Amino acid sequence: MGEKLLEVFDLRTRIGRGPRAVRPVDGVSFHIRRGETFALLGESGCGKSMTALSLLRLLPPAGRIAGGRVELDGENLLALTERGMRSVRGNRIAMIFQEPMTSLNPVMTIGSQIGEVLELHKGLRGDALREKTVELLDAVGIPDAARRHGEYPHQLSGGMKQRVMIAIALAGEPDLLIADEPTTALDVTIQAQVLDLLRDLQKRYGMAVLLITHDLGVVAQMADRVAVMYAGQIVEQAPARRFFDTPQHPYSRRLFQALPDSSKRDRPLTVIPGSVPPLDRDFTGCRFAERCDRAWLHCRTQAPGWFDTGADAGVLCHLFDPGLVPETAPEATQEAGAASPEAPAESGSQPLLVVDGLQVHFPIQRGLFKRTVGHVKAVDGVSLDIPTRRTVALVGESGCGKTTVGKGILQLIRPTGGSVRFDGDELTRLRGERLRKRRADFQIIFQDPFSSMNPRMQVGDIIEEGMVAQRIGGDRAQRRARVEALLQQVGLRPEHAGRYPHEFSGGQRQRICIARTLAVNPKLIVCDEPTSALDVSVQAQILNLLKDLQASLGLAYLFITHDISVVAYLADRVAVMYLGRIVEEGSVDEVLEDARHPYTQALLSAVPDIEPDSGRAIIRLQGDMPSPANPPAGCHFHPRCPKARDECRRAYPPETALSPTHKARCFLLP
Amino acid sequence: MRAWLLTRLLSAAWVVLGVASLVFLLIHLVPGDPVEMMLGESAAAADRQALRETLGLERPLLAQWLGFLGGALRGDLGQSLYNQQPVTALLLEHLPATVELAAAALLVTLLVALPLGVLAALRRGSGWDTGAMGFSLLGVSIPNFWLGPLLVLLFSLWLGWLPVSGRDGIASVILPALTLGTGLAAVLSRMVRSSLLEVLGEDFIRTARAKGLAPLTVTLRHGLGNALLPVLTLLGLQLGALLGGAVVTETVFNWPGIGLLTIEAIQRRDYPVVQGCVLLIALGYVAVNLLTDLLYARADPRVRLGGGA
Repeated sequence: MGEKLLEVFDLRTRIGRGPRAVRPVDGVSFHIRRGETFALLGESGCGKSMTALSLLRLLPPAGRIAGGRVELDGENLLALTERGMRSVRGNRIAMIFQEPMTSLNPVMTIGSQIGEVLELHKGLRGDALREKTVELLDAVGIPDAARRHGEYPHQLSGGMKQRVMIAIALAGEPDLLIADEPTTALDVTIQAQVLDLLRDLQKRYGMAVLLITHDLGVVAQMADRVAVMYAGQIVEQAPARRFFDTPQHPYSRRLFQALPDSSKRDRPLTVIPGSVPPLDRDFTGCRFAERCDRAWLHCRTQAPGWFDTGADAGVLCHLFDPGLVPETAPEATQEAGAASPEAPAESGSQPLLVVDGLQVHFPIQRGLFKRTVGHVKAVDGVSLDIPTRRTVALVGESGCGKTTVGKGILQLIRPTGGSVRFDGDELTRLRGERLRKRRADFQIIFQDPFSSMNPRMQVGDIIEEGMVAQRIGGDRAQRRARVEALLQQVGLRPEHAGRYPHEFSGGQRQRICIARTLAVNPKLIVCDEPTSALDVSVQAQILNLLKDLQASLGLAYLFITHDISVVAYLADRVAVMYLGRIVEEGSVDEVLEDARHPYTQALLSAVPDIEPDSGRAIIRLQGDMPSPANPPAGCHFHPRCPKARDECRRAYPPETALSPTHKARCFLLP
Repeated sequence: MRAWLLTRLLSAAWVVLGVASLVFLLIHLVPGDPVEMMLGESAAAADRQALRETLGLERPLLAQWLGFLGGALRGDLGQSLYNQQPVTALLLEHLPATVELAAAALLVTLLVALPLGVLAALRRGSGWDTGAMGFSLLGVSIPNFWLGPLLVLLFSLWLGWLPVSGRDGIASVILPALTLGTGLAAVLSRMVRSSLLEVLGEDFIRTARAKGLAPLTVTLRHGLGNALLPVLTLLGLQLGALLGGAVVTETVFNWPGIGLLTIEAIQRRDYPVVQGCVLLIALGYVAVNLLTDLLYARADPRVRLGGGA
């Protein structure tokens, strides 16, 4: 291991002034060696981004560093003048951010945005500047760099923009690269490309990387050492291998247990109760005590100290204090009991929903007279069955049309073609009042619970509105009673009915949205990425709730997601979409364990696994998904397919049945 | 880009046609008999008949309309009833004064609004901000017919530095330009401030700071470039209003521009001249808006190159 590049001692950051100042970073110490990758892992609001911004002294206006030292090669950065600090930023420490879409200046060419770093820190001008810029674009894998040099950010895809951000960071040839959730906004196949790139560049340039993420899988693929942050403190630090083998801190262990996967299918996920405490107050005991299953009195009255548990490893927890013998510290027994009652198989029953050849096309209009010059074929011939009491997952990357399928089924967008039969009724032919009445049977939960509720309505009114619209639930008193019952059913309290959406946390808001759909007694709920805006521990709570409701109310779910681990945990059947069509469909075991379509295989292999060095071959896809306005001829996937043959370029492959329940569309299949 | 330009030009042409038709109808929309309105009730019947024929009011409406449009295309807008000069000549005579005043006022607006707005945004919440926005509030709320005489009182009568009114050399344009510019600058500086504040909160500003750029470079190169996009739209509307003749200001300073001509023509019931003025003002608006669109496309690649997220 190399020498220490960066050392952070007891870093403290405040936002705001006075006794109510928020302390997102409260006594953080760690070090990073030359050339290594150090991961800072934590859920949202734990202070990991604020730690990174503190290192560069780029805090928001109300923030200030209240104490500690940050030493880069022995030099205290916190003692530098602002001018001195500017020669560190972008030069010795560079940073890339979570949102490549908004992190680039929209009115400057990407070339000039990279060039200004070279100009500032390397003193390059003219031809040399241009040459070096093109070289950097080349290095981050942007094809046709000489031409792309003059393009603007909006002309690039998300993955390409993040590559440009990396090129900007590389321009100063930094010793340390801070990557703040670098792939969170990207699709999984693109994420795999960008992580690969980061690893390559790190080797080539010998940079150290501070990787900030909430994703255990990304940490497993990238990190040499890991630190877990909770409520403004580092609660555990360890070499990556050791961390994944034997996480020590109760919080770390719970994080692993809350991850959904197929092995946990028949029992509820372990959840971490409650939520992260607000950081604007003093803590007397351990910050995690309230949510910890192994806490005892001592934990609530006295803050734990740091205990080394090995080379480069340590934990902030009383359980590891050799001077203390825990009164009762029973190992958390797996709550294997209360396994959700297996839904009775309804053999031979009619499927609740039958979608056949669904098409949703959007016209592209151009020119003075808004002539239709083509169609975006967002959904182009999707067929799908959903039985009662079952969960069908629709999986795909952004832009593949999965959300449009959901809206097309619900008739929120009128399909261009195909049929949607729900419980015997053809929905595409229902109009007006009859369709409106029928809507009670099929409801939707959205990805962002906050923006899908009217902020000026009370929670009770939001839940009641559907009953009023459908004229069900009796008189007002009866409806209010039902609202209270629903709130309890989703794990909230009846008195919450009088509050407004902004008073709740993200997980609680999603519970409210679920209560709102349940109010009208639906048979089918379309869940459109319902947990992708939530942290792992909260996601587990919502997934458990959805599973419970399915068992008790006999609901069918169409679960739209890009998250394979959620699919593995929750779904009965899986359909994989690519560019408006389903390329493979089968039972969850068939698709996840024995994927036959090259796209499904690539998608599954790109999901970062939490087993480090699992030795899995990862299939790397080149490029981005093409535009659905102009899909490639033949099989839509052939330009990116590692196994494409001649016939793939000529025609779209027919459906091949691999088993009575498993089918795929690929010429390579028998 | 060319298709886009063509679309804009065509829609501008539609607007001009619509305005020209409305202007033509102006004479017919006057309540009662237009000829009587123009000549007064005591006019002789022969005079009325003569005017009716001069204006072509005897012909069918459609023929009159086509005649008016045809004339307008050739630059013939009829003759003034007051002094028998061709309307086009009158307009051309007054146009330079208005363009001069508009340009000067625009200069004042930009020189005041940009620094003031940027300063207020950068020193948000400080005395600078409060002061700048206080000035802005004052500028919006003081009407030109009061600010104009106030400036005259101060600079012309007490200090004797500048002429009271009329158009005579460069010195005479200063007071009317200040009067017009203050009100516009007040609105614009607020826009600059809020737009810049919004942009400075964007992610790419953080990126620029993380590159190690100096604060001034960050603000000017990354901030202002984006913040001026909405400002440009407002500026276009304001310039249109300026070209349309600042009627009040021109009257206060007896500035011989289109605004003054319009007022005089209305007072004299000189309908052909009124028609010409309105048409010119509308043309000014259309031209400036077209220019704004072009500038906007120049400044924002997302418009110029189409598509985008």
